[in-house]
Amino acid sequence: MSHHPIISPLRHTLITGDKTYHDITEDICAPSEKVPSTAWVIAFILSVTVLGFGVFCILWTIWMGIGTWNLNRTIGWGWDITNFVWWIGIGHAGTLISAILLLFRQKWRTGVNRAAEAMTIFAVMCAGLFPLIHMGRLWLGFFIFPYPNTRGPLWVNFNSPLLWDVFAISTYFTVSLLFWYTGLVPDLATLRDRSKGLRRKIYSFVAFGWTGSAKHWQRFESLSLILAGIATPLVLSVHTIVSFDFATSVIPGWHTTIFPPYFVAGAIFSGFAMVLTLMIITRKVLKLEDYITMQHIESMNKVIVLTATMVGVAYLTELFISWYSQYPYEQFAFYNRATGIYFWSYVGMMGCNVLVPQIFWVEKYRRNITLTFFMSIFINIGMWFERFVIIVTTLARDYLPSSWSYYVPTWVEIGIYIGTFGLFFTLYLLFTRVAPVVAIAEVKSILKTSGSQYTGVVNRKAVDYKEAAVEADHVHVGHEHH
Amino acid sequence: MEGHKDVLYGLYNDEDVLMDAITKAQKDHLDIHDVFTPFPVHGLDDVMGLSESRLHIAGFVYGALGTLTAFLFMTWVFTRDWPIIFGGKPYWSVPAFIPITFELTVLFSCVGMVVTYYTVCGMGPGADNPTLDDRITDDKFCLSFNVSNSSKDEIESLKGFLTESGAEETNIKTI
Repeated sequence: MSHHPIISPLRHTLITGDKTYHDITEDICAPSEKVPSTAWVIAFILSVTVLGFGVFCILWTIWMGIGTWNLNRTIGWGWDITNFVWWIGIGHAGTLISAILLLFRQKWRTGVNRAAEAMTIFAVMCAGLFPLIHMGRLWLGFFIFPYPNTRGPLWVNFNSPLLWDVFAISTYFTVSLLFWYTGLVPDLATLRDRSKGLRRKIYSFVAFGWTGSAKHWQRFESLSLILAGIATPLVLSVHTIVSFDFATSVIPGWHTTIFPPYFVAGAIFSGFAMVLTLMIITRKVLKLEDYITMQHIESMNKVIVLTATMVGVAYLTELFISWYSQYPYEQFAFYNRATGIYFWSYVGMMGCNVLVPQIFWVEKYRRNITLTFFMSIFINIGMWFERFVIIVTTLARDYLPSSWSYYVPTWVEIGIYIGTFGLFFTLYLLFTRVAPVVAIAEVKSILKTSGSQYTGVVNRKAVDYKEAAVEADHVHVGHEHH
Repeated sequence: MEGHKDVLYGLYNDEDVLMDAITKAQKDHLDIHDVFTPFPVHGLDDVMGLSESRLHIAGFVYGALGTLTAFLFMTWVFTRDWPIIFGGKPYWSVPAFIPITFELTVLFSCVGMVVTYYTVCGMGPGADNPTLDDRITDDKFCLSFNVSNSSKDEIESLKGFLTESGAEETNIKTI
């Protein structure tokens, strides 16, 4: 059944370098078994320092009060909620890659799903910080949960989108964490079985006693599939509910039915951009180019160009509908976004999110790593601007011209935002040290269908593709003649 | 914990060889103790004749429990315990309950299934299940027989079977 090579030009090569199962184990375990590189140490020190400054700014906010921010009477949401929505959007890629792409049987997910899921969890942690601090009295944060209390009991408002958000984000965090960790267990067992002494004891504890029994794998696969099945609507629901925070209000520019799909597309868009930023660095630094290949990068760039276009269509639809509505307040809201005091953020949003990513229609650019890296940064910036446009531009020009104002953040607000980068990268760097950043078992399971020695095409290019197809035809015909 | 048992196992280098060996063992009516692999091998459960996992049924039950918990609790709060009118809507404003009901359905189903999965597999933080060989989580595929009550001849014949079917090495381990 397997004793002749399976040559399939239709299958993309996802693992290059003619790897054996053992090579895969060695390559992927290596980063967590070696002494950290200088680059890692420098990056870690930098991240922790930035995190430290962020913690200081958070403590400053809590000690002095929300007055240390420049929020005012109409601009009640500023950088805090912009950052919250931005981070939560980024946190959509991980579960999308592992859940939706699992359901679609996309094999390229195996190279990037582990790191993307980790990224999701860290991004959601960064996101969750902002609404918590924004409460002002952080120590009363538990009031958001419906628990039996001595004030009646007085319940939370289950009809409020802000409360839906609490449920959506805490559910999303929990499910992502469980999904990620369950997938990690077999790989932690691999690390356990390769280590000795104290290291083995620690990995034994976290590997949950994994043995690799056939029945366990069967249950594992069943669990993964169903978790993917329920995580898929969950991913879509989370940013839908985030968009409800705006859409259920009566503010012109927010009160639109297009918000849920538009927010979800934007979330996937920014999430993939952040995955690309991280993966391009990770594959280089950890020498995982054989596992996170050009094919992976190109696939993600295809998702980028698709979602960029969806977001673009949404922006234009909003403009059209505001004109078509003949409702002056709605028309003003959008006219103000494009030409008002914050026009520069609108330009940044349109440019970075809609126009620039269009170059990815061209295969040559999709397969250019440097370009992809810069593009991913552009998109991250563009998506931040999108949230800024929606939140700040709208609030700065409300119904009463007497309360119109201009908002600039204070150093505290900027500091907290920068601090979340510190938190994000500190956690990500720690993750690359203690756990395999590529799902070892999953990559092994696609070796025979997508490894370079089996697909017979080492580096698929448009031209090679046709040639290989012709060659494979000959091989196939040859077999039939036997 | 049941008593110790002696397990005879063979290590294979390729999952397809292992699958052929399993088919052969079943033809010979050999009683397979367990099969261990470094990754989920497609079709292995069919070859071994494992019954389908029932985790999805558990998942459905947990999910339904979540749906009921969320919906009935919100209904009770807003119609019995503390009725408040929000925005002129009825007390029992079902559409507004949908998001939280959905989230709790997913949460209950997911947490319940994960807990069930670890429980039925005998896994958990710090669980110390005996493993046969360290290379099973790397690149070896393992077929094992329980030989606690087997005679020397039986063990030898099983060993012969393992080697013949393509095992690179065989071993006996008490676990």
